[in-house]
Amino acid sequence: MKIAAITTPEAEYLLELRFPARTDRMAMVRDLVRSAARFCGFDEAGTHDIVLAVGEACQNVILHAYEGRGDGPILLDILQNADSIILRVTDFGPAVAPTAVQPRALRDLRPGGLGTYFIQNLMDTTDFGRSPSGVGNVLQMSKKKDPSK
Amino acid sequence: MSEAVREVNGNLVVSLTGEIDLDRAPEARRLLLDCVKRSKDVLVDLSAVTYIDSSGIASLVEALQWAKQRGTDLCLVAVSPQALRVFELARLDKVFAIHPDLDAALAGEN
Repeated sequence: MKIAAITTPEAEYLLELRFPARTDRMAMVRDLVRSAARFCGFDEAGTHDIVLAVGEACQNVILHAYEGRGDGPILLDILQNADSIILRVTDFGPAVAPTAVQPRALRDLRPGGLGTYFIQNLMDTTDFGRSPSGVGNVLQMSKKKDPSK
Repeated sequence: MSEAVREVNGNLVVSLTGEIDLDRAPEARRLLLDCVKRSKDVLVDLSAVTYIDSSGIASLVEALQWAKQRGTDLCLVAVSPQALRVFELARLDKVFAIHPDLDAALAGEN
């Protein structure tokens, strides 16, 4: 995963969400992401992949940034431009070391640790860093739209 | 997610349904490990799974490892397209035996 200074892309805002880092809120969040992906013209397969990537990103925040406490906020910004959908997940947990967000090798057959691998393989770009304000961790992902649509 | 367990020809058939995410995976994990502990072969029907993420996959991998340690089989049956996409992404479609339906699983056919 590329470690980058996160900047706001030139794009149209579709949704700006703030929700608690609780597992029982994720189905509702996924429904909203699904709607946004469809609005951007993604087919069912592309929509599934975007929803899964966002779900995995939020799962990482719940488990690692907030260590399952459920009391921290997650911000999810969804934007689009002519080419792509852009999704930005922000948390306000302690700074996360870049090495902590690298995917593990698939040959290690063991439960867990696949989330970051999924995100990297489902999306076209993934950048991880501190927010522009310096407070919080940001994962910004994008996926190209199907040019035939 | 709701689930059901039934016995068919000496095998345990577990049907998982709905969305298996971080919220529901612990429930699926308990159910799967309880089945594996009964030392019968376990067939996991995923035909009605509409979403599964890495936490759900982790429950199945753990159950498979428990089954192998006990000398029993755990295989997947009628995997929904959404779930199959995730297994393929993790290249676990080569690790789990996947059968198109229950009859094929009982006959040991891929």
